[in-house]
Amino acid sequence: MIQVEHLVKRFGEFTAVDDISFEVRRGEIFAFLGPNGAGKTTTIKMLTTLARPTSGTVEIDGLDPNGSSHEVRKRFGIVFQDPSLDGDLTAYENMELHGVLYHVPRKVRVERIEQLLRLFELWERGNQQVKLFSGGMKRRLEIARGLLHTPKILFLDEPTLGLDPQTRNQLWTQVKHLNQSEGVTVFLTTHYMDEADRVAQRIAVIDHGKIVAQGSPQELKQQTSRDSLEEAFLALTGSTIRDEAASSTDQMRQFGKLWGNRR
Amino acid sequence: MSVIYVLWLRELRRYVRSRTQIVASLGQPLLYLVVLGFGLGPVFQKAGQGSYLQFVAPGIIAMTVLFSSIFSGMGLLWDRQFGFLRETLVAPVPRIQVMLGRTLGAATVAMCQGLLVAIVCFVVGFRVADPRALPVALLFMALIACLFSALGTAIGSVLQNIQGFQLIMNFLVMPIFFLSGALYPLNNLPGVLSIVTRLDPLAYGVDGLRTALMGASQFGLAADGSVLVLVAMMLLFIGSYLFSKIQV
Ligand SMILES: Nc1ncnc2c1ncn2[C@@H]1O[C@H](COP(=O)(O)OP(=O)(O)OP(=O)(O)O)[C@@H](O)[C@H]1O
Ligand SMILES: [Mg+2]
Repeated sequence: MIQVEHLVKRFGEFTAVDDISFEVRRGEIFAFLGPNGAGKTTTIKMLTTLARPTSGTVEIDGLDPNGSSHEVRKRFGIVFQDPSLDGDLTAYENMELHGVLYHVPRKVRVERIEQLLRLFELWERGNQQVKLFSGGMKRRLEIARGLLHTPKILFLDEPTLGLDPQTRNQLWTQVKHLNQSEGVTVFLTTHYMDEADRVAQRIAVIDHGKIVAQGSPQELKQQTSRDSLEEAFLALTGSTIRDEAASSTDQMRQFGKLWGNRR
Repeated sequence: MSVIYVLWLRELRRYVRSRTQIVASLGQPLLYLVVLGFGLGPVFQKAGQGSYLQFVAPGIIAMTVLFSSIFSGMGLLWDRQFGFLRETLVAPVPRIQVMLGRTLGAATVAMCQGLLVAIVCFVVGFRVADPRALPVALLFMALIACLFSALGTAIGSVLQNIQGFQLIMNFLVMPIFFLSGALYPLNNLPGVLSIVTRLDPLAYGVDGLRTALMGASQFGLAADGSVLVLVAMMLLFIGSYLFSKIQV
């Protein structure tokens, strides 16, 4: 379903993704794990037509995200790591806009929106502007929105970031259900190793832009002779903390606040 | 519901919900109108040019539409920084539709602001020469709005963040405004200036608007209209090309 070969992404001198190759099979749940700044989000951007690779090839369902971007976009859904809601619109309006963008027929759209908003306990707040929501509620809405249509491939970039255990549970139940009943291929990243261990059939570990290990959770544990995936992960990637400078988005948010732009 | 329509509607909803911003953005035109309109009035009158308020009001309306459409078009930058842009960029819809929805939304918002200022002008004492020409005036406002919303979208597609905003303001938007004849008549200008003003698309917008509202034309309505339509088409074309190339 996803074929990546010798993929490279450079930002000036810095190589964020350094010659990675992997394959995600049709109908599989695939976890892409790595420390902060390893290059996970950058890879997802290249898979989802948002960024051009410096070199290497990507195939999504046999198509090139650069050449046939429109065809590729028809095939996937995505929950981004960073917020992507419109804070001035209400929760319902955000969902509706998404439904229209993804050509979900009106009748189905109305039903699904109510169902998902209820599922993630946002229905009562549906007519409130999203900028008034708490962080976790915004995150829940992003996830509900990502599940509104049924794509062939679902990308989840740290979907459980900042969520309470109840919602995390709900999310993975939904994802597994989609995977089993609709055959949706899932490509996810997370920093919670227990989640990856529980839901993923196969895992790739990336560090400093390079893939350092691939295999089932079981294989990774055996390979490193550790009992838990968390220990295996630490064995593969070392235990030093990766510090990341404040991103330009954070700076922008602060700037936005300066101007009374509450979003 | 079509994609263009929902994105247009989004711009409108955001506009209607930002009430304080609407009021705040009326401050500047009002200031220009009152300070210049009454301040320069006597000098203008002595020079035998008639009432300055009558002269400057169409210019202030054009200015409002200019600023508002460029800002709304450049709203793209905020959407980029706050992430919503990504949501529309990965959607399985042609990017030209996304671009058109945004741009038409921005243009509509600018029209609304322009109309509000037109009402303010009327309250302050501006009078239209011939009310039957009002539809022509509206048409010109719409043309200005579309042209500069497209320009705003084009700029927003290229700039990576709002740091470049001040640059655009000082070296593009302000010159477009000051060279458009919004504040002073364009006839009898020294050579170079008169050539430069002819390269300013807003000059044709201001002239068209002023002709419709006041009846005195510099370039002729047909020329005004054709230049605006042509430049607007060009900018829409360039804008949608640049928009389709955005990476985040
Ligand atoms: N537009 C950009 N310009 C320059 N550097 C970038 C850009 N985008 C990402 N990077 C850098 O590329 C590296 C990989 O970033 P990426 O966002 O892919 O990490 P990640 O694996 O998703 O990390 P996290 O777990 O923190 O989300 C980081 O060092 C980051 O600073
Ligand atoms: Mg990331």
